Amino acid sequence: MMQTVAELSAALRARTISSAEITQQSLARVAAAQPVLNAFITVDEAGALASARAADAALASGDSATLTGIPIAHKDVLMTNGLRTTCGSRMLEHFVAPYDAHVVARLRDAGTVLIGKTNMDEFAMGSSNENSFFGPVRNPWNAAYVPGGSSGGSATAVAAGLVPAATGTDTGGSIRQPAALTGICGLKPTYGICSRYGLVAFASSLDTPGPFARDALDCALMLNAMAGHDARDATSLDRPVEDYTRELRAPSSAKPLAGLRIGLPAEYFGDGIDRSVASAIATALDTLRALGATTVDVALPGVAHSVPVYYVIAPAEASSNLSRFDGVRYGHRAARYDDIGSMYSRTRAEGFGAEVKRRILVGTYVLSHGYYDAYYLKAQKVRRLIAQEFVDAYAQCDVIAGPTAPTAAFAIGAKADDPVEMYLNDIFTVAANLTGMPALSIPCGFTPNGLPIGLQLQASYFAEARLLNVAHRFQQVTEWHRRTPPAITARALAAEGAR
Amino acid sequence: MTWEVVIGLETHTQLSTASKIFSGASTAFGAAPNTQASAVDIALPGVLPVPNRGAVERAIRFGLAVGGAINRRSVFARKNYFYPDLPKGYQISQYEIPVVQRGTVTITTPAGEKTVRLTRAHLEEDAGKSLHEGLPADAGDVTGVDLNRAGTPLLEIVSEPDLRSSAEAIAYAKKLHALVMWIGICDGNMQEGSFRCDANVSVRRPGAPLGTRCEIKNLNSFRFMQQAIDYEVQRQIELIEDGGTVVQETRLYDPDRNETRSMRGKEDAQDYRYFPDPDLPPLVIDDAWIARVRSELPELPDTMRARLVATHGLTEQDAAQLTSSYELAAYYDAVCESLSVEDAGACKAVANWVLGEFSAAVNRSGIDVASAPVAPESLAGLLRRIADGTLSGKMAKEVFEELWGGDAGAESIVGQPAVDAIIDRRGLRQVSDATAIEALVDAVIAAQPAIVAEFRAGKEKAFNALVGHVMRASKGKANPGEVNAVLRRKLAP
Repeated sequence: MMQTVAELSAALRARTISSAEITQQSLARVAAAQPVLNAFITVDEAGALASARAADAALASGDSATLTGIPIAHKDVLMTNGLRTTCGSRMLEHFVAPYDAHVVARLRDAGTVLIGKTNMDEFAMGSSNENSFFGPVRNPWNAAYVPGGSSGGSATAVAAGLVPAATGTDTGGSIRQPAALTGICGLKPTYGICSRYGLVAFASSLDTPGPFARDALDCALMLNAMAGHDARDATSLDRPVEDYTRELRAPSSAKPLAGLRIGLPAEYFGDGIDRSVASAIATALDTLRALGATTVDVALPGVAHSVPVYYVIAPAEASSNLSRFDGVRYGHRAARYDDIGSMYSRTRAEGFGAEVKRRILVGTYVLSHGYYDAYYLKAQKVRRLIAQEFVDAYAQCDVIAGPTAPTAAFAIGAKADDPVEMYLNDIFTVAANLTGMPALSIPCGFTPNGLPIGLQLQASYFAEARLLNVAHRFQQVTEWHRRTPPAITARALAAEGAR
Repeated sequence: MTWEVVIGLETHTQLSTASKIFSGASTAFGAAPNTQASAVDIALPGVLPVPNRGAVERAIRFGLAVGGAINRRSVFARKNYFYPDLPKGYQISQYEIPVVQRGTVTITTPAGEKTVRLTRAHLEEDAGKSLHEGLPADAGDVTGVDLNRAGTPLLEIVSEPDLRSSAEAIAYAKKLHALVMWIGICDGNMQEGSFRCDANVSVRRPGAPLGTRCEIKNLNSFRFMQQAIDYEVQRQIELIEDGGTVVQETRLYDPDRNETRSMRGKEDAQDYRYFPDPDLPPLVIDDAWIARVRSELPELPDTMRARLVATHGLTEQDAAQLTSSYELAAYYDAVCESLSVEDAGACKAVANWVLGEFSAAVNRSGIDVASAPVAPESLAGLLRRIADGTLSGKMAKEVFEELWGGDAGAESIVGQPAVDAIIDRRGLRQVSDATAIEALVDAVIAAQPAIVAEFRAGKEKAFNALVGHVMRASKGKANPGEVNAVLRRKLAP
């Protein structure tokens, strides 16, 4: 299933295919890919087929919307009523959500068909999807490589053509980095555009739900359904409804990006960037210039501090957010304990994996009496300075471009023993979470050994429509987003042929 | 050598909102365990808090009532600790920037009025309750958790260490208790835990720096508070006088043994790792909101007390008693308004009745002033019939009893018609007619020559006996004042 959401939507309306057929194809591909890719934690075949039948009825009666009948998958950090929601953790291995997250409900209301819940780094903590209790997700371009994280399952599901679109959450790059490493489009919207209600919190001030799809237009269609004010989230923004496809629908011209100023921060083009990545980004910038954009150097010296700032604030919030997993009311509880203290410690020792424990410990430390000012408070101050630098930079440019990650996908296990090396993977993505500004990643090339490379485009608050349009214009003249992972295509085709 | 006692109180006031501070669940007391706990209250994964404007508004009301500063921007913070009745593993409270700062409460002490300074008042959520009793018999050796109370809005009111005795502490607590009920932010029900105090107690030599304090937790009655503080003060003094030192710790009061016991020492004090709650933007209160709350604030008890003394001519004591509760004060005001009198004499009569017969009846029947069966208009009607001489004091009490008893259609008619109906039905109209009274007096003088002779011989007591005879002859209806006057005139030499 390599068609886009827009293509499938058109076919559904033309009645050349039914949602039931698409859904069955999707389920078959998921089943075929699962032993290799491990992209899903839970598949809801019965629910998906029922939703597909309902979608077909709606399509037949003319009571349908753009996304009616489109199969999607949700990252397993979003609560789905009646369906297991594990956060990739033993702690919630058997937890069935009793309610829908806001973005889940919105996509359900939009008529989408939920295929299942995708694998992820435990509680969204990780950049490789190796930190899942349910095992690592593998990169569809090369199964020995990671797909990135933490939304590795969703990215892989879209990249491998298991579903045309999926949701993810981005706390420090968890949508954009796996999108880059799997060769698809992933958008982190402005903080507050999509409600966090029902998103199991990792770092509340950074967590942002967003879409994965093959291209920018599909991401815009998904965002149209996901965005919107939610009174149950006090940080949800009450803004007029936007059509995020509006700029994309403007007629094309030779220079559709004429007048667009692209900022190039030296900090995104320095040492430590893989040569093939640097080369692909340079080529992409040439393409953007050819479309009429101009480039300008901007200074973002604070970006150098964004990873340390992030790795103070995110664990601090996580250490508190994850306190509710105490074995008292739901989730895992140790089988044996002597008193309440040992129940807590054994439950949490058994329920959480190593990376989650590491971050809880770091977060507890930086919030402790005597360290709070030196770490947490200082990190918050630097966070504000970084945000101000970006605001200043956007006086000189409309978008900022650069690589999404310093390298393409790395081999499974390559960085597993070096958390700091792993954290540096987030160097280009965390700033957008610290500022709350939108950013996306689109494919812009491949390494010599065939792994995708991502171009990150960032913009100021509420500039999603512009970002998506720049990506869309780029995709109108490039083919990177149309490439599909060959091995998976062959395997999936074989599976489909066997049906 | 003398010791000076230094006390500061932290008071947890449960705010009288229908729903919780961060969820829509009901706050009603006494429901079956865990039936009033929403997804937010039990801290399911993914849920988020949304502040209750009603709770914020009550905090503003309090801040204005004590003359404190309302912070235009205050911050909710997380207080992190693990406990089974704390579902999120943290309590949402306010730490660095509370909603209210400063303000004062004035108390009356034997030495006169004293102003107690407040440090702050901040919003926070209550925890649930751990249940050790009332669990199913087959549950085994377990502790239950009831999360109905989790998320109930609290205003924690912190005083400066300005109190110098247990009596002052009680006076302050009672004043605060009356105030929060007066301004309608708390039901004041101490049995249900709506108003509970922690007392920080230390002793020092007069003029010396503050001594080391101990905190006595969860005092939920004024009597226990007094006993606990007295015990703790004595314990600290004896400890120091025996050469020991007070260690900073948290203590619990055991009313059965009348002693405080150490709960945890300073070294066991937890690091709560406070930090601003990232789920909640700063709480912003604009001037318009404050202005509206101010305009809706009732006259405050201290202001009303001064008014009752200055313009109603009441004694300080009566005024203080009438303003001890909002309902009683409102009742008094309503009676005065119904009589449309403000002269000292009439007001004094109203105060006497409200504090006398009426309060006694309220206490006797154990009900609220608000649900008293005698409406203010009815008491006004009664007082009008005393003033116009229709009823004697004794008759008025009979009428009042009947009004209170509620028979004979008292539910359907109130005010003057109710009173007059009882007077008519029971024939309680006082006889003030001079001719009628003169006839009665003449008859008694004629019938009691012996007593008349005693009186004339100088025995003043005999006069009262003659009055009694006249009253009996009138079946109690004669106006006693008139009888007195006529009798004096007739017996005059």
